[in-house]
Formats: sequence, C-alpha cells, structure tokens
Amino acid sequence: MRMHVFVAGLALGCGGRPRPAVAPTPAEEPKLDLTPPWIDSEGFVPRGVAPTVAVLTDALENPGATAIAIRGATILTATGRRIERGTIVLERGVITRLGGAEVVVPAGAREIDGGGRFVTPGIIDAHSHIGVYAAPDSRAHADGNEATAPVTAQARAEYGYWPQDPQISRAAAGGVTAALILPGSANLVGGRGFTVAMRVGRTAAEVAFPGAPPTIKMACGENPKRVYADKGGPSTRMGEYAAFRAAFHDAAAYAAKRAAYASARALWEERRARAAVLDARAPAGKKIAGEPAPEPPAVDLKLETLASVLRGEVLVQIHCYRADEMAHMMAIAREMGFRIRSFHHALEAYKIRDLLTAEGIAINTWADWWGFKLEAYDGIPENAALMTEQGGRVTIHSDSAVGIQRLNQEAGKALAAGRRAGVALDDDAALRWITANPAWVLGIDTVTGTLEIGKRADVVVWSGAPLSVYTRAELVVVGGEVAFDRTVGLRAGDYELGAGAVDGGAP
Amino acid sequence: MRRWLIVTAAVLAGAGPAAAEPIAIVGAKVHVRPGQTLEAATVIIDGGKVTVVGLAAAMPAGARVIDGKGKVVTAGFIEPLSGVGLIGVEQEGSSNDGRFGARDDVHDDPVHAAYQARDGFDPHGITVAVARSGGITTVIAVPLGGLVSGQSAAYTLDGATEPVRAPAAMHAQLGSGGGGAAGGSRGRAIELLRELLDDARAYGRDRAGYERNARRRMIADRLDLEALQPVLRGATPLVVSAHAEADIRAALRLARDFRLRLVIVGGAEAWRVAGELAKAKVAVVLDPTDNLPRMLEADDVRDDRATVLARAGVAVAVSPLGNGHQARTLRQLAGVAVGAGLTWEQGLAAVTTVPAAIYGLGGRGTVEKGAIADLVVWSGDPLELSSAAEVVIIGGVVQSNVNHQTRLLDRYRTLPAR
Repeated sequence: MRMHVFVAGLALGCGGRPRPAVAPTPAEEPKLDLTPPWIDSEGFVPRGVAPTVAVLTDALENPGATAIAIRGATILTATGRRIERGTIVLERGVITRLGGAEVVVPAGAREIDGGGRFVTPGIIDAHSHIGVYAAPDSRAHADGNEATAPVTAQARAEYGYWPQDPQISRAAAGGVTAALILPGSANLVGGRGFTVAMRVGRTAAEVAFPGAPPTIKMACGENPKRVYADKGGPSTRMGEYAAFRAAFHDAAAYAAKRAAYASARALWEERRARAAVLDARAPAGKKIAGEPAPEPPAVDLKLETLASVLRGEVLVQIHCYRADEMAHMMAIAREMGFRIRSFHHALEAYKIRDLLTAEGIAINTWADWWGFKLEAYDGIPENAALMTEQGGRVTIHSDSAVGIQRLNQEAGKALAAGRRAGVALDDDAALRWITANPAWVLGIDTVTGTLEIGKRADVVVWSGAPLSVYTRAELVVVGGEVAFDRTVGLRAGDYELGAGAVDGGAP
Repeated sequence: MRRWLIVTAAVLAGAGPAAAEPIAIVGAKVHVRPGQTLEAATVIIDGGKVTVVGLAAAMPAGARVIDGKGKVVTAGFIEPLSGVGLIGVEQEGSSNDGRFGARDDVHDDPVHAAYQARDGFDPHGITVAVARSGGITTVIAVPLGGLVSGQSAAYTLDGATEPVRAPAAMHAQLGSGGGGAAGGSRGRAIELLRELLDDARAYGRDRAGYERNARRRMIADRLDLEALQPVLRGATPLVVSAHAEADIRAALRLARDFRLRLVIVGGAEAWRVAGELAKAKVAVVLDPTDNLPRMLEADDVRDDRATVLARAGVAVAVSPLGNGHQARTLRQLAGVAVGAGLTWEQGLAAVTTVPAAIYGLGGRGTVEKGAIADLVVWSGDPLELSSAAEVVIIGGVVQSNVNHQTRLLDRYRTLPAR
C-alpha cells in the first residue's frame, strides 16, 4: 500500500491557492496522473530580465576614451606624493603612466601643457542633492525628500536624479568628478543614495558610477521631528530614536521571516526531489502525492532595504550635527548590529573625535558653516583639522550646488583654520579631504580618489595651486572623458540649449 | 629715551579691547586704497584716525607698535547687505529681526518702509564677533522680505550701540519674492512699488492735506510714507533686490521717473543691462558664487557677471546677501570674483570703497591719512584663503578676537580623559 509520506494539506494554513481534490478528467484526453501536483507557489511570480549589475572594476573600462597626456605640471597624487614637472597619461579611461619628464607620451594622445598648472585627482563630494533638487528651483524639481513617512528606506535617489540638471556641468567645472547624491534629511531613513560620475547624461544609469556599492541616508535631530511633528511623529528626539530602533527591529523580524521561508522552501524542494526519485521507482499511477510549497512572505522593499543594512551590505550615511546625537546613533548601530560608514555635517565631531575615530567612522563636514540652526550652533572651523589630527577620516562635503563648485577652496579654508590652531597638516591632507577620503566614504576608493597607475582617469588640471581662492579648474576628466574644458566653456544641459549665456545666447 | 612697546600680532590677538592709545603698524604692505599700495610702510593711528601713512614716520609717544613685517594692511571690510546683528539662529524666528516672510505679508502689509534695522540690531549678537574675525569692521544691517523691507543701518562691529549711519538705505524686493509679498506676480511688485512712491511723493508735497484727511486714500501708512521721503530726496538710496532683466529695467525706469539713487542687489541677469546700469550710475551688490540658473524668472546667470559689470563701468560690491553666519566669507567672495576676472583692486574695492560709497560712509573704506581707523592687519593677501585677520582695529581700538567658536576651540583643543 502506498504511503502518503507527506501530509498534503499542511501548507494551506498559509493561505495558499486551493488544491483541487480531484483533477478533472476529460474523456477524450489521454489518462493523466491523478495524484495532486507539487504546487509551486513561486511558479507564478513573474520573472523578468535582471538588470546588468556593474562591478567596481567596470569603472576602469572606457575603451572609447581618447588618450590624454598632461606634461610639465605639478602633480599632487593625494597619496603624499608631489611630482614637479610631472607627466600623467590617461588611456582607455585609466591612468596608465605617471611620473616626471621622462615619461613617454603615447603617439596620438591629446597633449596638454601643464606648465604652471597643477594636477590632482578629481574632487569627490560625499554629500550632494544635485539632480534630485535640480535647477531651476521649483516644486517640479523637488525630488529629494519623500516626506510622506519618516522611514522610506525603499526610496532611491537614483529615481529622483535628473541627469540633465544644469547644476551638473557647473559642479564638473569645479573639478568634481564623482558625488554621492543623497535623499534629503526630512526622513529618519530617506532612502538609498546614488553614486554618480559628474557628467550630464541621457539616463541615470548612464551616469551611475560603475559598481559603486549601495549607500543609505539616515538623519537625526531637528529636521525629521520638524517635518513629522504635525504628520504623526516623531515630534521629539525621543520619538526619533524610538522609531529608528523600531524600524530595525521590524527589519530584523522581517529578515527572520524571510530566512524561515527560505529554509522551509529548501526543505520542500528537497522533499520534492526525494519524491521524484521514489516516483521513478514506483509503478505507474502510484505517484507520491504532492503538496503546495510554503507561501513566501510578501516582499517589503522598505524592510528588505533595512535588512540589507543589518546584513552589512550597505554603506550607512547619517546626517547628524550634535555630538550626543552621533553617540546615540552609534549606540543604536551597536545594538542592532550594523556599521556606520560616516556621519554627515557632524559639526560637533571635534567634541567626540576620540569616540568616532575608535570606531572608524568618517565624518563629512563643511569648512565653516555654523549657526543656521540650533543644532549647528557649535560648529567651528577647526572641526576637520581636529578630527584629522585624531587619526579620523574626514571629508569636506558641500550639501550645496553652489558649494560643490569650489570644494578645493573649502578645503583650503579648513586647512588654514587647522594650522592656525596649531594642528600640523600638510596640503596633501587637505587634498585627501576632497578626494581619497570621500572615495572611501562612497566605497569607491579602490578605483578612484588618488592618482596612481591603474586607477580611473578622474583627473583635474588646475590653473594654479588648487587650494587658492584664485585657482580654477581648466580641464576636468571623468572616467577618461572630458567633462569640462575651460577653453570650450560650460557644457550646457538640454535645458539651457538655445537660450542664454551658456549656449551662445549672449549678446 | 622713548620706549616702544613691541607687541606681536599673536599676542595682540588674545588681548581684549585696548584703550585708544596711539598705534603704529610698522613695515607692512599697506593697501591705502584700491590701486594705491605701499610696501614696507608705516601706519600711525591716533585719536581714532589714521594720522600717518608712509614709508618713514615718527612714532608718537607711547605708541603700541605692531610689527607689520610680512603682513598686509587694508581698510576694514564693509559687508554691504548683512544679517549680522539681526540674525541669531537663522531657523529660529524668535532670534531674528527684520526678516519679513512672504506668507505673512499676503495677509498683512507688504510695505515695511517704517521698519528700522536699528531697532533690531544686537551689537553683541552671536554673529558679530565671528564676522569681525573675518576682517569685517562695518556691516550694513539690512532688513529682508516683503515688497519694501525697511531701512538698513550701518554699524561698526566693536559693540557700538549707535549706528554709524541710519537709515543707511531703503530696501525693497522685486521679482517673485516681492510679487508674492504683494499678493501677486512680479508685475504686481513693480506696480505696487510705483504706486507707493507716487503716494509718498504726494504725501510729502501736502502733509497738511494728508493730516486734514483731504487727500485720497494712500496705500501705505503714514510712517511708511514719511520714511520714503529721504529716498525721494535722493538722500538715501533705494536698494532693490532684482534678478530678472525685466525687473532690473523696470527698476531703472522707476529710478529715472522718481529721480532715485538706485542700487541693484543680486542681479542674476544684471550683466545683460550692464551698459544702462553704468550710464545711470547704479551700483550692483552681488554674490559672485550665486551662479546657478536657480530662478525660472531669471535663469540667464553668468559666472563672471561681476567682471562683465565692472568692465562696463558699474561699481560692484560683493556680499553673502543677508547670511549673517557666513559674513566672514566676504573676503572669499571677493577672491572668487577676482578668480572670475575682476582685477584684484576691483575685488578689494568691492568690500571697501564701493560699499562705503553706496551707503555714504565717509571716512571709511580706505587707509588714507585722516580716515577713520577701521583697519585690519592680515597675515597675507586678505582675499586668499590661507590668510587670516590677525589684528582688527575699529575706531583706533584693537578688538578682541575671542568669540563663541574660539572659546569652543579652547575647551576642546584637548579632549577630557575618558
């Protein structure tokens, strides 16, 4: 007698599709197997074509890029190396040669006279809203804050990014070659950031920094409680941290549910396989009765994203001003078991620079912004320098489509303030604030952020010393392609074509 | 034998305000005024004035000597459109003064001509000492918002409770900001401003009739109409925020019709009107970093518009335009304008002589003999980021450079043991 090894109805409690007790048997049809089928609840999930996932090394491939050779310039590598009358060669999107006058320039390369000029790695801004708050200012262009709920981890800056924002070419003209585009700080969890190469494009995918790891934006302090005070909360800092913890506990529960499902599914698949083996040996018509697969829990993109944070797959970027609030976030991260990549703004980092440095958390800050809100009241110009002195990782960020155009100057100011306070810093440290360090914050430091052979051709030629107020970027190369050339002028976004000074409309 | 007290800049920097003893700055590069520079010169200050500027000078008895070797001396910088002293914490309304929101004005009165910044200015406000650390010795504390924002006042940043000049100017706002305050479009702003000036003129010509109620109804209150009289006389300028070419041209027509002394603020598209502005002798106060096409109404903005304007003969001043916390970036703004094509002398003028001329601050903005001794000893080129204001002198008195931020640095320069 045939044994029903498995209890067929077991999965019905999960609300699965009803399994016909007896399969219909049209007389004309050939006789069918009467045992119930193995019902696969995932069999009906639509399966499309998965997007091609870039890997970081894709950032090093641009076969179409023309060769560029810059000779006779002072080259600052952001690795502590300074080459006088140096030569740098960019080919196929990569730095292929780097050294002094002896470096051989390949035939056919566009040669640029670097006499009197400086060459640095491209500037990287770890905090920008270009593209998600595009110019001109307008409600139509306000795509940076999904301010409908305090936790919108499912939102992605990539979907708000307008790759024709006129601000993009101006940032590039300021020497910026890459940036982290973040959702705003209205929400506790605003959503995924979008790491871009700083050039105008037709689609967001076209300007995405190839293979950059995922990032997520969180915010604490005044902004979320101001936005949600009359929209159901949180209305206090108490409510904010409670909501953070609740969200991560939800994500952990969700992850557990997904994991339980995965093991149930694996078990079910194993049993189906064993049944198939037994059925192959059994006489015809004596098949083992099937059973429905366990029902998959509904996909929740918000909790899925937070769960990926808990799994350590996402670089966590947190907007925080005050020392005590950064400490709260660090405690929550420890409790929930995730790592914080960096704090943004972090005006009081200098007060807890020992704590931040001990945990390897970077800060992204301004040179001298302060006072515009109470949580920014204690900002001091020495913040970056003191954190650097402590051994911490610092970037000078912009959070501004104006400021992003002269991050070199902002680094210069922060350097000067630090030196006046007696912090021993060389120019290279200030250069790293806007190149190598933000590359690390974005998780792209293996391919960009410094001038080294084999690294991506993200390079700026400056008219003079890069930390001077008078210096301007003359040539900006993004992944081997010229994104700005001062002899040509600004590359107009589509919006500006045919009208105005940028596209030949000047009288 | 006379003994000179030699005090280094560093020591002075820690000192509080000193008595107005004579001061001699010796051996510095002195930018007497834009275009006139002396190397290794001596500046002598006595009685609150510059008494000597020259290559060799006799020291007055008891002079406090500042070694100026390797240093640069300029007139103290003048911030021409400032929130310093009016702004406490930008996002905390209760700490701010002279900031009129458009939303309130729709239900209220968009005309604040009678508002006086001197009623709100806090000479010991949190922004004052920080601005001073950037080499700023005078600010024009400016009301913002509404259609007519009110009267500014010029203050020195030495804790003075009385303004140098008040009213310094009348301030107004065209464009969508002014239009919104006036309950309509950009056109509504210019329409209402014209009517207001017309009413003020009628009021000024017949106050008696107004008092007898024998005049038609006026669109503004009596004190507003009264406050506009110096503007109609040309005694104080009308400083108008305007970005769109159309608004700037409308303001120029208004100035011609009412014979006003006009100054344009912002001026995103002012470069398109450069010739007319120069001809009408209208100065422009702008932020040279404000180069984005951020306004739909005025999106033809140029990176180098300060240069275009200056080359056409327009007097250009630079300003962070009301941002009280960032006033100390004034010198950076001048440097940015120089990087975009202004001459260095024009850059210096943009933060000294031009704002002094706009607001009628006689005796300020230069280090000439007889000038009021508001000046700064810089560690190097004052527009360069690596430089710092080492000694700030206002009215002949060396100022303290202690502020909220320096005190925080003192406290946290060394961290407490954990």
